[in-house]
Amino acid sequence: MTAVATTAAGRSGLLRRTLASRSGAVGAALVGVVVLGALAAVLGLLPDPLAQAPAERLSGPSAAHWFGTDQFGRDVFARSAAGAAASLQIAVVAVAIAAVAGTAAGVAAGFFRGWSDRSVLGVTNVLFAFPPLLLALALASAFTRTWLTVAIAIAIVYTPIFVRVARGPVLSLREADFVRATTVLGFSPLRTLTRHVLPNIAPIVIVQVTLSLSWAVLTEASLSFLGLGTPPPAPSLGAMVLEARVLVNIAWWTMAAPGAVIVALVVGLNLLGDGVRDAMDPRNGSGR
Amino acid sequence: MLRAIPGDQVTASLGTEAAALTPAQRAALEAYYGLDQPLPVQFLSWLGAVATGNLGASQRSGESVLAMTASALPITLELAVLSLVIGLVLGVAAAMLSASRPNSARDAAGQAVGLAGLSVPAFLLGSALLALSARFLGYNPNAEQFAALTADPGLHLQQLLMPAIVLGFGLAAPIMRTARSALLEVRSQDYVRTARGKGVGPRRLAVRHVLPGALVPILTMTGLQFGYLLGGAVVVEQIFSVPGIGRQVLLGIQQKEYAVVQSTVLVIALTFVLVNLCTDLLYRVIDPRVRAS
Repeated sequence: MTAVATTAAGRSGLLRRTLASRSGAVGAALVGVVVLGALAAVLGLLPDPLAQAPAERLSGPSAAHWFGTDQFGRDVFARSAAGAAASLQIAVVAVAIAAVAGTAAGVAAGFFRGWSDRSVLGVTNVLFAFPPLLLALALASAFTRTWLTVAIAIAIVYTPIFVRVARGPVLSLREADFVRATTVLGFSPLRTLTRHVLPNIAPIVIVQVTLSLSWAVLTEASLSFLGLGTPPPAPSLGAMVLEARVLVNIAWWTMAAPGAVIVALVVGLNLLGDGVRDAMDPRNGSGR
Repeated sequence: MLRAIPGDQVTASLGTEAAALTPAQRAALEAYYGLDQPLPVQFLSWLGAVATGNLGASQRSGESVLAMTASALPITLELAVLSLVIGLVLGVAAAMLSASRPNSARDAAGQAVGLAGLSVPAFLLGSALLALSARFLGYNPNAEQFAALTADPGLHLQQLLMPAIVLGFGLAAPIMRTARSALLEVRSQDYVRTARGKGVGPRRLAVRHVLPGALVPILTMTGLQFGYLLGGAVVVEQIFSVPGIGRQVLLGIQQKEYAVVQSTVLVIALTFVLVNLCTDLLYRVIDPRVRAS
């Protein structure tokens, strides 16, 4: 019980410590800006990203169209914001699935050992034998494409990472005196796992989640650039860059806008991840 | 796995004409391609063929996957080696610059390069680089037909250079981060202090004394990143029209050539596993302690 209480207290402290570091603050600000834009798109505060206006096609950035318009006269700002929303949705869902499934499998494998450990490790090793982007590509091409199947494809690629991250510490935790004591006290394995093992591996899982988010955004964008992301006409940052390849010489903003959004989001998530990791690291007691 | 894609080889090879097929014609074609068998049977027959060295053939061109791979894999490996060289030089140089004076402006600049490499996706950097160099320098060797190494080595290298720079830049970031922390750790060790004490100059110290001590983590990271290279190859080969193994997978997916995709992905995974093995063996070369134990 005390373990849970201290984790809860540590969590608000973690947020404070993360934002106190320079990289954490800059990262949070960058991610915040992109999330605001994405929220505005989701709430319908921006022009319709699919509305075509042939008369205004390929016009440069202006007060009416902050990031200009594309070859169909669609508002690039609205499309970038909607694309960012789609990216974030896929990345968050993918990492959530991977974190829950991977942590559960990793904890079970490390705690119970035996056949569960062997089977989990077997699957993990097979998945690790494939280059990540290639595996995502092959998986994404196997399903009828919707945003959810893209998210699941990315989740499958990242699940083994969470298995590995969770399993290692659990191997040593299960031998720790306080965990053995719970067996003597007659606690059920489920109670031991949720109350005593999970709180102790929560920090490293949280760090892995923040770091994985930036990869997930990059992977989603790469997949949609290769034509294997969310199907058109739904706006997607990677697909926008792909379309812009033939337009960039006459309308640079068509590539610069989605490109800048991707980079801002990924830089922000990376910095935020670094900030969280530093804040979690007990060796950096005071934080930087 | 890939067989779950809507549409199959019949529709992919005949296009819209597939709709005009009578059910009997369609069934005959499906039987010809083996598509009427249940999926597990199709998979097992593919697996059996692979085990005997038959990787299948492309339905469209009739070329065997083995022959396609034989011409595509060397190009991708060449690209990977070029990228590795660029990534290592860039990453280690940036790390040495950063680590030589931690928390200085120099360090910040090095770390910014690292963060950029980590955050700018290959497809964006590649597309932008291609567009910019074509527009402002009038330089785009990749617009021409891809030249084989034996046919036109100069053009061949030029065509691989830009994709290698794009991949190398992405590779430099994780190498830089690992190398920086490894270099900082080695710098604080006793033998480095001893070397400095006996009057070794700063440049010689950095190259001859500190760098070798940090090679193991750098090598580990580089080996781990080979997977990134093979995945990234799909992206840059597509952008720069390089007929490598990544493009073979992507084309296979687009044309719904199951045999091509499955076999090529298998070849790539095998390459990946082999490279990881080689990395482990390399430890013995660079670290005398591993050799001794």
